[in-house]
Amino acid sequence: MLESHLDKSLEQRIRARRTMARVLPPLVLVLTLLVIWQLGVRVGNVDKWLLPAPSDIASAGWDARSLLWPHVLQTATETLLGFALALAVGFGLGMLIDASPLINNALYPLLVASQTVPTVAIAPLLVIWLGYGLLPKVLVVALVCFFPIVVSTADGLRATDGELVNLLSTMGASRQAILFKVRLPDALPSLFSGVRIAVTYSVVGAILGEWVGASAGLGIFMLRATNSFRTDWVFVSILITALLSLALFASVSLLERRLLGWYYRAAHQEKWEEVDTKGKTS
Amino acid sequence: MIEVSHISKSFRVDGMTIVQAIHDVSLTVDQGAFITLIGPSGCGKSTLLNLICGLMEPDTGTIVLEGDPSAKRLGRVGYMLQRDLLLPWRTLLGNLLLGPEVSGQPLERARAQARELLPLFGLDGFEDAYPSALSVGMRQRAALLRTVLCQQELILLDEPFGALDALTRRTMRSWLLEVWSRLNHTIIFVTHDIDEAIYLADEVHVMSPRPGTIVQTTRIELPRPRREEMVNDRLFGEYRTTLLQALGV
Ligand SMILES: Nc1ncnc2c1ncn2[C@@H]1O[C@H](COP(=O)(O)OP(=O)(O)OP(=O)(O)O)[C@@H](O)[C@H]1O
Ligand SMILES: [Mg+2]
Repeated sequence: MLESHLDKSLEQRIRARRTMARVLPPLVLVLTLLVIWQLGVRVGNVDKWLLPAPSDIASAGWDARSLLWPHVLQTATETLLGFALALAVGFGLGMLIDASPLINNALYPLLVASQTVPTVAIAPLLVIWLGYGLLPKVLVVALVCFFPIVVSTADGLRATDGELVNLLSTMGASRQAILFKVRLPDALPSLFSGVRIAVTYSVVGAILGEWVGASAGLGIFMLRATNSFRTDWVFVSILITALLSLALFASVSLLERRLLGWYYRAAHQEKWEEVDTKGKTS
Repeated sequence: MIEVSHISKSFRVDGMTIVQAIHDVSLTVDQGAFITLIGPSGCGKSTLLNLICGLMEPDTGTIVLEGDPSAKRLGRVGYMLQRDLLLPWRTLLGNLLLGPEVSGQPLERARAQARELLPLFGLDGFEDAYPSALSVGMRQRAALLRTVLCQQELILLDEPFGALDALTRRTMRSWLLEVWSRLNHTIIFVTHDIDEAIYLADEVHVMSPRPGTIVQTTRIELPRPRREEMVNDRLFGEYRTTLLQALGV
């Protein structure tokens, strides 16, 4: 027999080793930095309001957990709503731009121009117009996120293989059928790279919206901590912000892996490697 | 089946120069015939097929499908383009059902027919495989089966074996004839390969370099079913000489 499979336990061990090889280096790096930080602060006797040690930050965060929770929830809500809005609007605009060259020519310069206006300038205006509620923050998040989604949708649709469209036409397909059966699925990888960029900005967008005026949210918590020199709390909120962004990014990547299995399969052919002879089965 | 009379087609390149791709081409194909079209690269073979299937309209001349000059041709001619164009996100079976889906045929019946034809196309057991897992030859056969399942009598094949190695090509051409004899299509087949053109055809049409026009039509009187040994026949050799002459090489 020419083809033989490694036995199950060995296969599992190889897979585990591969996961470790991916996860271990960043983990070790982060841990090392934390240890250096911790030692540096303790040995150098740095004041706590100047730079708290990682252990101080951790315990401050834990002690403040019931205080923090509503803020986290608030920011997460704003982020998710804003991101959903950006997704809907961005996708819609991308489709519109694709649908007609006229709309494209009219809209594109405007969209690019909108990105050159700093969000910090728009956020206060939104507060003036819409008050201190949830809506202005949601809008700030959407403003920060929608552009990469528009561009990646429009670009993905534009890049459709003309011959594929021809093939569908010869089958008697309508424009709509061509869009849904071929062009949209074909544009998904591009769309997802836009969504990944957008989602990394989203939490920061919410925080920015809160700084301008809000009664709850991580941005407000951060601001209050800064004003009262609770540097440990500033770090706690930075950490949570980062974790939220990471969680969102991971969810998008996971969804992408699920939806675009075909894309990765087509891109990565079988991987051939030498078999280490010790692992060979009889 | 189809009657092409005196058609010409030009393209504007970069908005400036006009390139005439084909010039005064006439071609009649009877029902159930297998005709091949041979010519140098860029002579307008693909353009001619694009015109026949209705993707483009000729500048001058007419194309009459099944005796009806006003009929819309898109959706009534099966066309297999030069590349296999299988959708990477669909399984083989999903790809095969593309035609029936967009033309609104009952899917259950199409699926049953697809499964029935899988063995003839050497794809048995691969219905759930994704295109990226298939060999080049299998992908080509899958593309042909997809074309067949569009349920059109007239099928256009644009260099379907162009991407294959010489050995696979030889087996594929005999196989294609077997498919044709079982399913009774009318086929227009484009190729660069002289032996392939003779081996397959009832009639070989030779096109000149651009602007492409048909310079010679040769009826192939070799008996059917064709067999690989026939390429060594004296008659086959004579056809080969005639075609080489017409191609000017
Ligand atoms: N859509 C188009 N727009 C502009 N020019 C075109 C178009 N389609 C074909 N042409 C031109 O028409 C000529 C004939 O092209 P065509 O693809 O029909 O040749 P072909 O015989 O199929 O070539 P090959 O054997 O390489 O496939 C070429 O010069 C090509 O550049
Ligand atoms: Mg061609």
